[in-house]
Amino acid sequence: MSDKKRIDQPTGTETVGHEWDGIEELDTPMPRWWVISFWACIVWGIGYLILYPAIPMANSATRGVLNWTSRGELDAEMKAETLRRAPITSALASIPVEQLAGNERLYQAAVEGGRAAFKVHCVQCHGSGAAGSKGYPNLNDDDWLWGGDLNAIHVTLTHGIRQPDHDETRFSQMPAFAGVLSTGEIDAVTSYVRSLSGLEKASANTAAGATIFGNNCASCHGADGKGMREFGAPNLTDGIWLYGGDKATLTATVNQARYGVMPRWNNRLDPVTIKMLAAYVHSLGGGEEAPAPVTAPVAVSGTSPAKVATNVGN
Amino acid sequence: MTSTTERAFSHKKLERNVTLLGLCALGAVAIGGIVEIAPLFWIDSTVEKVEGMRPYTPLELTGRNIYMREGCYVCHSQMIRPFRDEVERYGPYSLAAESMYDHPFQWGSKRTGPDLARVGGRYSDEWHRAHLKNPRSVVPESIMPPYAFLAERPVKVGDMSGHLTALSRVGVPYTKEAIAAADADLVAQADPNGDPALLKTRYPKAQARDFDGNPNQVTELDAVIAYLQMLGTLVDHQKAKAFEQPR
Repeated sequence: MSDKKRIDQPTGTETVGHEWDGIEELDTPMPRWWVISFWACIVWGIGYLILYPAIPMANSATRGVLNWTSRGELDAEMKAETLRRAPITSALASIPVEQLAGNERLYQAAVEGGRAAFKVHCVQCHGSGAAGSKGYPNLNDDDWLWGGDLNAIHVTLTHGIRQPDHDETRFSQMPAFAGVLSTGEIDAVTSYVRSLSGLEKASANTAAGATIFGNNCASCHGADGKGMREFGAPNLTDGIWLYGGDKATLTATVNQARYGVMPRWNNRLDPVTIKMLAAYVHSLGGGEEAPAPVTAPVAVSGTSPAKVATNVGN
Repeated sequence: MTSTTERAFSHKKLERNVTLLGLCALGAVAIGGIVEIAPLFWIDSTVEKVEGMRPYTPLELTGRNIYMREGCYVCHSQMIRPFRDEVERYGPYSLAAESMYDHPFQWGSKRTGPDLARVGGRYSDEWHRAHLKNPRSVVPESIMPPYAFLAERPVKVGDMSGHLTALSRVGVPYTKEAIAAADADLVAQADPNGDPALLKTRYPKAQARDFDGNPNQVTELDAVIAYLQMLGTLVDHQKAKAFEQPR
């Protein structure tokens, strides 16, 4: 193997200098663009090492002269976003939720903000169209378990319903009647409840059920079966059912009772977002006016009904 | 870039001397290795100290084992990155300390389903029951497979002490009492009529109730829901704020 470099005549390119049995190898240089990119990458890499956190040291990596951190960037981004939203959010923060309906511009802004937040936090149970499903109330209708005015919805959102380990949550518990009432009595009372919304015709059975209802159910559901929002006891006369109005479901409901839970959101969402959600849910179709002065003392700040939905179940 | 043969150190020399080539290759690779490995030696200083973290309760640990067994991590991550879209959807970004008792961690690398790092308390137990039995019953557009069988499989009680011992060997601070009481704690957490006081002194913020709607038996559904309901609920992020700020 010799080391004689020469210029290859046909190509004009230098050879590497090896020669085996007359076979030589051309030393074609790397393309110019490649060489430039190669060095440019190295230069860029050095710049990156200097500007950004890079080299691990004893306690942490070098910080880089820009002092950049991903958390710092997020912080700046969130601050800018907060500032951008500030005109609306500060107005929303200062207005009491029950007065929101009186302020058309703010109400609309809150509804739009609530619409976005609903898609993130609420659709998993209440459905993307807020129509609910078995056990999860439909928010589009005007049937409310705990009340449907802005303040009531707001309380429900803030504190949840039967949220474990939270004292301010809305709470009630329907007793399970299995063992308390006989199978025949439960059959009668479910027939009576069904007859309230016209699902069954009046009969001897429903008449017997009416008595049982009066003795066992009326204290929460009302003598007329129209429910009581202080207890989240559903209206049984409107043909809207949370768990189902067929005989089998209703029998199961009376036997084991229902214990629907809605999480509280005050440990997860900021107060303005909760107000926005209240406005959105209120806007869906069933939103009620603020309560008349009669119920006003209750509705002031935290012990009044809220939330959407339907019948049966407790 | 042809090099002349006579330079003191040339590529040609390197290519022709296998020992020299080996040594230089080792040096080049070692740089990469050191950059990746060295920080692990001072990991204590890279995991920020936060209040509230505690080891998993035996029931949560069982749920976590089922979570891994069923491959939940294939579709669900447990790592909220510090980006605005993630923080606004899932909550405050994950801290290193929040997975310090995870062996192995469940950060995941792909989200077919949503991130679960802060799913605890977000839904009711009943929702989880309905959703695990048939995800379509509550989320019509879901493509998650059903896990209805979890409700029928009883949790194997009896070897929790071994699990806790194994974890304590790799640095999870389970106390001797916690290891000794592991099986009792497991049952106590899912027992609606039991007294969770002891459990709660060992594991602050532990949630004790009947998770699966079947008070007569501790099932795998109990364990999975207990685990899910606890995720992301231990650290108070307002207090942790100081540690999170850019240095």
